[in-house]
Amino acid sequence: MTRKPAIDRAFCMHCGACVGACPENALSLEEVWIEFLSNCTNCGICARACPSGAIFMEGGK
Amino acid sequence: MSRDRTVDVLVVGAGPAGSVTAKHAAKNGARTLMIEKRQEIGSPVRCGEGIARAWLDELGIVPDKRWISHQVSGARVISPAGHVVTLTEKMAGNEVGYVIERDNFDRMLAEEAAAAGAEVMVKTSAVEVLRSGGRIAGVRAKHMGQTFDIRAKVVIAADGFESQLGRWAGIDTSLKPSDINVCFEYTLKHVDIDPRYNDFYVGSCAPGGYVWVFIKGPDSANVGIGVQLSKIKPGERGAAKRYLDAFIAKHPNLSKGSPIREVAGAVSCCQPLDSVAADGIMLVGDAARQIDPLTGGGVANSCRAGKVAGEVAARAVSSGDTSKEFFQAYEKGWRAKFEDQMYRNWMAKEKLVTLDDATFDKACEVLAEAELEVVNTLEILRLIQRKYPELIKEFEDLIK
Repeated sequence: MTRKPAIDRAFCMHCGACVGACPENALSLEEVWIEFLSNCTNCGICARACPSGAIFMEGGK
Repeated sequence: MSRDRTVDVLVVGAGPAGSVTAKHAAKNGARTLMIEKRQEIGSPVRCGEGIARAWLDELGIVPDKRWISHQVSGARVISPAGHVVTLTEKMAGNEVGYVIERDNFDRMLAEEAAAAGAEVMVKTSAVEVLRSGGRIAGVRAKHMGQTFDIRAKVVIAADGFESQLGRWAGIDTSLKPSDINVCFEYTLKHVDIDPRYNDFYVGSCAPGGYVWVFIKGPDSANVGIGVQLSKIKPGERGAAKRYLDAFIAKHPNLSKGSPIREVAGAVSCCQPLDSVAADGIMLVGDAARQIDPLTGGGVANSCRAGKVAGEVAARAVSSGDTSKEFFQAYEKGWRAKFEDQMYRNWMAKEKLVTLDDATFDKACEVLAEAELEVVNTLEILRLIQRKYPELIKEFEDLIK
């Protein structure tokens, strides 16, 4: 199984850092929540970019 | 009932870039609509809130205590070992100045747009671009569960760091990790600070960026950090917040304070983009990556570019030509104002992010002793070269 990004919504500050950092434009900041879109390539840049630690990589090795 | 509608100029995003564009489009006769996805313009804040003063005149923005929380007389750059380089306002050439209430500032600009005749809608998102014959012709919008189409002769993408609209329209605004700084900040109350100066702490406390302490009042400050994304390793969760918390913990004058606000975000620190317009669409502000790559400041550039974009949009509407060719007037206009400075500051940033703490200490030590008359990059480099020639090797091409 591939490692893919997940979000702990309790940590999310709805800032959009992950959206602008995503090279595929595969996240979207709805008014106060983040959506992962189907064109995500699981590159993990959003998890590194998230300033508050809401996004992390899960599964796989 | 369909809520579909048609306007001359549609501005997506009501930050400074969007509001200034909308104001100048409306003022010049275009039927202008500005949509903002948040329910409240200006909130939540995503900004360190330090701005220079010099450019406000150019935009006709009159300083007002409603959105100015404090005025500083200078800035200090502080090295890891504590060497302090003080830049007075005179030396920094009016580049220091106000610490603002960014939410009030944004609302003031949106009010000016509305007063100029622009219509404003909040809690309204753009979810995709509409095309017509290969050109951008509007957006599909969503408001409280209802989806509808807004057709426009000119679409202005002022959707901030996310920069989604431009990318949907085929304009490449994607960033390398080395051109992104990830940010976190607190507004701290009951702190001990010198209200004369905004402080910038450089070195390993903020890899590839800096910690700022911007004064908001006698005992309050906006304390934040930017960390270069390429310096954050996979698995390092919440790096920006952790670096900032570690910094504050080491500074008792700050750690004694209480946070009354937390803010997260990110900024681009890249070279000027080659193109920020296409048929039917212009990008402005963070969406166009018009941030100063050295400081991460974007308010001034966004407003300055927005005025040009609004004027060009109105002219495009009245002339019936909303092509990319026509929008070259916007490209020329904003580039004449700050493209060279962006490029120079990007070069400087690319060098600075390579320096280690010992180098920052030596450089700041020399400059702290020098009592600079003016801030001049060349002069700074020559001063350092005199005492530590080996530090300047990396910068030799800039001195020549």
